[in-house]
Amino acid sequence: MDHVAHQHEEQHYHDPANVTNPEHASHHIVTPAVYGMVYATLLAFTILTIFAADWNLGVFNPVVALAIACTKAVVVILFFMHVKYQSNLIKMTVASGFFTFIVLITMTLSDYISRAWGLW
Amino acid sequence: MDNSITQTEPLMPHETIVHEPHEHVFIPQHRHHFETEEQQREAGSFGMWLFLLTEIMFFGGLFFSYLLYRNWYYDAFVPASNFLSVQLGGANTAILITSGFFMALAVWAAEMRKKQFLIWTLVLTMVFGWAFIGIKGVEWHDEWVHHHIPGAAFDISEFVSPSAHGITDQKPIPPDMAQHCQIFFFLYFGMTGMHALHMLIGLGLLLWLLWRAWRGDFTAGYVAPIENFALYWHFVDIIWLFLFPLLYLINRHPLAH
Repeated sequence: MDHVAHQHEEQHYHDPANVTNPEHASHHIVTPAVYGMVYATLLAFTILTIFAADWNLGVFNPVVALAIACTKAVVVILFFMHVKYQSNLIKMTVASGFFTFIVLITMTLSDYISRAWGLW
Repeated sequence: MDNSITQTEPLMPHETIVHEPHEHVFIPQHRHHFETEEQQREAGSFGMWLFLLTEIMFFGGLFFSYLLYRNWYYDAFVPASNFLSVQLGGANTAILITSGFFMALAVWAAEMRKKQFLIWTLVLTMVFGWAFIGIKGVEWHDEWVHHHIPGAAFDISEFVSPSAHGITDQKPIPPDMAQHCQIFFFLYFGMTGMHALHMLIGLGLLLWLLWRAWRGDFTAGYVAPIENFALYWHFVDIIWLFLFPLLYLINRHPLAH
């Protein structure tokens, strides 16, 4: 066995934390049944958002549209993009990205809203 | 005073403390610098997500510009936005979701080592991807015909006197405000154009993945390229899931003010 000999030759240092870390010990395969349900959910929400745009909800039209879009995005991220089944490292990475985006939006909007503060 | 350093413990970095014998599984895709295949896989997903986060920031800037300009030139954004076809936009949303569904199935096929199924799901992902681009092209052509491309040839007459063009459900707006419709279309072409560019890059990558899938690269335990491409493809889907309501839907009942 060639590779066994190779294994003894090389100085191979192991950090046991990486070998036994339960965080990435298992791998989940999402089934077509789950994908099918996600697909049906996304289509249903698409129809819902088109109908919701026809109703006059006043200032809530954009709110409802964005709420539906966010729901669809979360479903895609959790199931199509497997985040539900990933390690905490990946979950935190994804969450931190959206959190940073919200911070940037909030800070820029605060600047925009407060530019003419008291001048009107 | 004695400044000499005294060794109080055996000087052993943690890597060398434990060197217990353990089994190595040799698989061609497992790179030497990863302890386990799972660690390699997680590192790949982590890297892909970091890239996608930069994409969130990239598209986020465009979405933010849309938010600000819609507040500034609300009266121009309403008729410009309502010119877009909800039917075509809605159909494209369904088509893109279908493409994403087949890409998700492709990941399953690679995991289960079903080569034929993988090839067919990749082909269907591409077919629906191109259908989306095709419908987008029809819409862009419509806007071209109506002189809605921002620039010297931009025509404000449909917004200034909609009734003269047979548009009955939109209120006329003054010419100076109608000029600001160009900002809506500038953002519309910028956002849908960048989205379409991402799709075209994805469709190019799909061709390469299809060839490798046909060669059998991804149905022998090595699914990382399929998995990471799926992350990209779903991300591009998500961008559209926000573009569709923001560009097509939210201005159908304008606020009176």
